Amino acid sequence: MPDGALPVLDVKDLKTVFRTRQGEVHAVNSVSFDLKPGELLGVVGESGSGKSVTMMSLIGLLPSPPAEVQNGQVLFGGQDILKADDQTLRAIRGARIGFVFQDPMTSLNPVFTVGFQLMEPLRKHMGMNKRNARKRAQELLELVGIPDAGQRLRDYPHQFSGGMRQRVMIAIALACDPQVLIADEPTTALDVTIQAQILELVKDLRRKLGMAIVWITHDLGVIAGIADRVIVMYGGQIVEHAPVRELFANPQHPYTRALLETIPKVHGERDERLRVIQGQPPMLGAEPAACPFRARCTHRLGRCDRENPVRVPVGPDHDAACFWDAGTGGARDV
Amino acid sequence: MFDAPADRKTLVEVRDLKMHFPIYAGLLRRHVGDVKAVDGVSFDIFDGETLGLVGESGCGKSTCGRAVLRLYDITAGTIRIEGEDISTMGQETLRKKRPTMQMVFQDPQASLNPRMTLAGIIGEPLDEHTGLKGSARRDRIYELMDAVGLNRDFANRYPHEFSGGQRQRIGIARALALHPKFIVCDEPIAALDVSIQAQVVNLLEDLQDKFGLTYLFISHDLSMVRHIADRVAVMYLGKVVEVAAREGLYADPKHPYTQALLSAVPEPDPVLHDTAERVILTGDVPSPSNPPQGCNFCTRCPQVFDICRLKDPQSREIEPGRHVACHLHNEPQAAGETAA
Ligand SMILES: Nc1ncnc2c1ncn2[C@@H]1O[C@H](COP(=O)(O)OP(=O)(O)O)[C@@H](O)[C@H]1O
Ligand SMILES: Nc1ncnc2c1ncn2[C@@H]1O[C@H](COP(=O)(O)OP(=O)(O)O)[C@@H](O)[C@H]1O
Ligand code: SF4
Ligand SMILES: [Mg+2]
Ligand SMILES: [Mg+2]
Repeated sequence: MPDGALPVLDVKDLKTVFRTRQGEVHAVNSVSFDLKPGELLGVVGESGSGKSVTMMSLIGLLPSPPAEVQNGQVLFGGQDILKADDQTLRAIRGARIGFVFQDPMTSLNPVFTVGFQLMEPLRKHMGMNKRNARKRAQELLELVGIPDAGQRLRDYPHQFSGGMRQRVMIAIALACDPQVLIADEPTTALDVTIQAQILELVKDLRRKLGMAIVWITHDLGVIAGIADRVIVMYGGQIVEHAPVRELFANPQHPYTRALLETIPKVHGERDERLRVIQGQPPMLGAEPAACPFRARCTHRLGRCDRENPVRVPVGPDHDAACFWDAGTGGARDV
Repeated sequence: MFDAPADRKTLVEVRDLKMHFPIYAGLLRRHVGDVKAVDGVSFDIFDGETLGLVGESGCGKSTCGRAVLRLYDITAGTIRIEGEDISTMGQETLRKKRPTMQMVFQDPQASLNPRMTLAGIIGEPLDEHTGLKGSARRDRIYELMDAVGLNRDFANRYPHEFSGGQRQRIGIARALALHPKFIVCDEPIAALDVSIQAQVVNLLEDLQDKFGLTYLFISHDLSMVRHIADRVAVMYLGKVVEVAAREGLYADPKHPYTQALLSAVPEPDPVLHDTAERVILTGDVPSPSNPPQGCNFCTRCPQVFDICRLKDPQSREIEPGRHVACHLHNEPQAAGETAA
């Protein structure tokens, strides 16, 4: 990925709030990131940290009400798609930004064949006739490694196993040659050996097609295996961002550091006792006026209770939102 | 065959355990086949240890755990707990055994009655199996809440007021109520966030030390099992394919399935990913109602050879304490015969 290449997607200061009967839920707070051509950006965070809402917000998939994207800019192809009309958005979603979700059964329609669901975007967005669309649909199933692709076009989603359905979802998302693929926990529901197959497939597709990918997961192991760059989310905010090797070798935010220490490994040294992150993830509510991690943080400073830290550079292409400086072990100089 | 090391006594002994679920079809509900969820498994659990039971979804882990506790009428095999054969014990006799064997479930939400307070949930087994009343009962409930790290002030709250990790603590407190010896933990951390998992695992370890508990720890998370288990049994499609002490299993897996499973775990280390050789299995797991002829793993095994498609490999102790069911690890003479 050439450094300094113009990003394909540039998200600035995204802010999404849900208006519920219990009050406002600030689910996404000033989230900014960009996606460079051909790169795979990993988004990691626990459930409820705002990963899905971020992605749904930027392509207008959240029902409003209750959701309200209150602020931000999402530049895609030189256009702010937060300002785009519905028709433009639908066209972008169907063709230029592809989506894969955790549970394929919620996005595949059980009453249509897989072939039909693959051909529909091709006909609608690429203007293909039936014959060409069928041919392309078969190629797509072959591309994602489904045996007997020609036959299987006639099958319904329930006739595929979990792993194969996820391949079908990827094929549909790739149908119109999108510039960006957003994959939201696509392997979370799969077993490890099937997950390993899908991860191999994605690496292979990147070599062949070269699209940019946003890959959401709660699994740091998956991130380590496929991401070029990583953003870590906590409590609706990005708390750290770095190239993948840098993040794992040199984590700066107390949350990232604690997370890396708490997960046991299959190889290497085995700790007799697991390190624990005390407490619970925050319940999101009003806009946070302090660091969302402070209640669980072992480095908490007085300032952490009064101000919400913004992201500051901590290394090349590396930033963290924290008042504590991992380098000096004391307060940060900002 | 599974001789306990000299200093350990066997608490749970499982031999050739089968649990088949009948499949009925058609208007007449004819019996057309069986889901062979557990199809002839044997293992021991030593007193005070944790045996990890790993494998992918649908391989029969939960069924195995439930069958061992006789939550089912088993299809075949024997289960002994402290030497006592419970395989065919009637429900009334079993009821008296229940206090010693308990279960902790994956989904704390679903296993706790939403209309009962925390004190009610933890007190229920006390009411069923003990004569504890009034302040003695309340004191025992408090004691259990203390043991699992739940604030006593929460005694009158309802499960929905708690987070996933806290609900799992409620489930554990309930399982502990009757001073059990043996607890089957069925994916107790699978529904919890990464940052909460360690809290629950450490609690389980502390309780084991404190009360001398023996665990069957069922999980699909191989790294967590490496942390918590002393020995590990690996299941595939209703069979245990390998049983070994933790260190040996992770350092040098013998069964091709164990090898593939371990190599599929994504390690949180980008450098390792770039260098590690991976075994990527092709295809999906066959249906337990129609397992392949021969070895159950033969349809996906990267090292499959002729006899694997004909004969089901028997489990063999290839090193002390290490059992592998694979033709690659057959007796030398048997391997010679097949090559001829
Ligand atoms: N429909 C909704 N109404 C109110 N709050 C919501 C809704 N959907 C999501 N949220 C809030 O947004 C937060 C982030 O959710 P989400 O992005 O789905 O998390 P993740 O994908 O990281 O697990 C949640 O903690 C929740 O509080
Ligand atoms: N009560 C039941 N009736 C019929 N089939 C069952 C029943 N319980 C489990 N099974 C089947 O048995 C197999 C093993 O299931 P299970 O023990 O839950 O696996 P695991 O816990 O390893 O995911 C699966 O194919 C499952 O569908
Ligand atoms: S800002 Fe403070 S509380 Fe938040 S992570 Fe940094 S040190 Fe911890
Ligand atoms: Mg999500
Ligand atoms: Mg299970």
